Amino acid sequence: MNDGVPSGPRDLDVVLDVRGLRTSFLSDRGEVKAVDGVSFQLRRGETLGIVGESGCGKTVTALSIMRLLPRQSARTVGGEIWLGGRDLLTLSPREMRRVRGRQISMILQDPQTSLNPVFTVGNQVVEALETAHEGGTPELRQRAVGLLHDVNIAAPERRMRNYPHQLSGGMKQRVVGAIAIAGGPEVVIADEPTTALDVTIQLQYLRLLRDIQRRTNLSIIFITHDFGIIARMCDRVAVMYAGRIVEQGEIRDIFNSPSHPYTEALIKSVPKVEQRADRLPFIEGQPPGLGNWPAGCAFAERCVHRGEKCREHEYPPTVSLRPGHAVDCWRYLP
Amino acid sequence: MTEALITVENLTKRFPIRRGLGFKRSAGQLTAVAGIDFTIRRGETLALVGESGCGKTTTGRLLLRLDTPTEGRVLLDGEDIQDLTGEALKDYRSRVQAVFQDPWESLSPRMRVKDIVAEALVAKGGMSREQVRARVAEVLVQVGLSTDMIRSYPHEFSGGQRQRIAVAAALASYPELIVLDEPVSALDVSIRAQVMNLLKDLQSQFGVAYLLVAHDLATVRFMAHQTAVMYLGRLVEYADTEEEFQHPLHPYTQALFAASLPSHPDLVHEEIVLAGEVPSPLDPPPGCTFHPRCPYALPRCSVEIPVLREVGPGQSVACHLYEEASSAAPSVDTGGTGGANASRDRLDLGGPGGSASADGMAG
Repeated sequence: MNDGVPSGPRDLDVVLDVRGLRTSFLSDRGEVKAVDGVSFQLRRGETLGIVGESGCGKTVTALSIMRLLPRQSARTVGGEIWLGGRDLLTLSPREMRRVRGRQISMILQDPQTSLNPVFTVGNQVVEALETAHEGGTPELRQRAVGLLHDVNIAAPERRMRNYPHQLSGGMKQRVVGAIAIAGGPEVVIADEPTTALDVTIQLQYLRLLRDIQRRTNLSIIFITHDFGIIARMCDRVAVMYAGRIVEQGEIRDIFNSPSHPYTEALIKSVPKVEQRADRLPFIEGQPPGLGNWPAGCAFAERCVHRGEKCREHEYPPTVSLRPGHAVDCWRYLP
Repeated sequence: MTEALITVENLTKRFPIRRGLGFKRSAGQLTAVAGIDFTIRRGETLALVGESGCGKTTTGRLLLRLDTPTEGRVLLDGEDIQDLTGEALKDYRSRVQAVFQDPWESLSPRMRVKDIVAEALVAKGGMSREQVRARVAEVLVQVGLSTDMIRSYPHEFSGGQRQRIAVAAALASYPELIVLDEPVSALDVSIRAQVMNLLKDLQSQFGVAYLLVAHDLATVRFMAHQTAVMYLGRLVEYADTEEEFQHPLHPYTQALFAASLPSHPDLVHEEIVLAGEVPSPLDPPPGCTFHPRCPYALPRCSVEIPVLREVGPGQSVACHLYEEASSAAPSVDTGGTGGANASRDRLDLGGPGGSASADGMAG
């Protein structure tokens, strides 16, 4: 079962432990839940995929961990986020600034918006290095060149003087990657980092992330809507629906025996490049928007296995099917 | 064989590049589409695939007459669409319709659903208000929407429903061709299958042909009868979809397939990682435009532009590698399969149709 997992000596220490995370948006209409009790662990050197559709709370989960939620409109109202022996939710803004970049960093979907258009690539990489490294500017510039080289940017000395608009999309996203690893973090959260890239460039980028991970034993959280990315990149996967993780496990367990009706239906509904099909199985209805969640199991109204329990009862408890494979569904309860 | 609906001959589109104050100084030309030929058969789907900047969207626009070709022509039932004026042009516009990627942008927020769907019918003319109303209701039911909502505005609908409205609007005027430009890529994963099934059902019900512009190969395999792969404005491979997916011939097609994402972790296939990026269409490389990134480039590839030629039944490729193979194997005259198979062996790199194998994920 482990043939897709990096072989060799592997440290199974948990580096990030998220427990019961709850985040809400605050609006005129009151509190709107976006993340409703999310728990998972991330081990050293591991890639965990978080997969779900728009509005399921996957990006809000990431922003909650980074503590980068918009202060006026969103708040984490419950849970714990353990990283390096501390609960990030208890840190002051100043302490949190020292955590970002050094212990955990993030790669966003669109490299166009994550780089500052008026500073050179060199300035931005050096700035990221300054958060974690001592040394004068010449030394940091030298390190920055090395970092750009590490993310496969050709002629890095010359690229240091370029502005973001002078680079292609793939190159910009590699610069963002260099900035993310500049402070030597243990955890990188990548939120749909290849969605804006073409397929052949996407492949280059996925391989680069894997190479960096192999060199540095980095832990990666890969947020995506695409099961193909999960299949290619991840060791484990957490499936989100309506603010909760409804199923999580090793990728082969999830692909071979998806146990939550949502996971099963979603995987089946994706056309396969390897095989011709005449019709696709599909899920009735549409994913619920934020704060629009029905009581009980939020998937019940679209679920083909729906029973009486599902809508009347409270949310189903988490059932462990096998080591590391857990699902929230009444089907597995007496 | 099904009859041809649209025939495209040597279709070429160059855009002038202007620089300087007021953009008056001409700074060369960008060749978006560089002389392509293809046929769309009645009631079938042709997919155009390729990466951004390959010219697939421009080709769609040329078929819709939203742009004028610099050279070449688009024939509908043998008639050049550039020659159409007046009534004939109106008629063309109702026979050829479009559905675009983003249903948040393609539907006017100020129009009610009934007016959006009726627009093409009203433009075409010749129908009473009563007939238009009946047709709108009919077509909304055909795309799976409730007729209670005809007075609603687009913002009241979800993404999947909006795309159904866009499909209904395209379908209303009984078109023979709909250009589908990335019709599902803006939709949620669980909604995509609904819309793809709908498009297929409508095709088998009404015999409408599709030109599918897409980048996702899994969508293409599900939807298309034929597939044309574009690179920097040229067709590099053009074949029956199943033939192409089982035996991709052009090195770029093979790389594209190898870069496509697997549907299961055990199907992660051998990766062909292309060096570098797509060159600028402002300054395309000489010879075969793919040669700087091609792992099999020959000396002549940087000099001579390969032409698209048939190498097997229902499969054409523009690549010097297959010309060498056919000259070495004269049996190509008898149907062309001998040469193609010889070269297929030589370039069999295990695409999605080939054998799956463990990739670099381990270790």
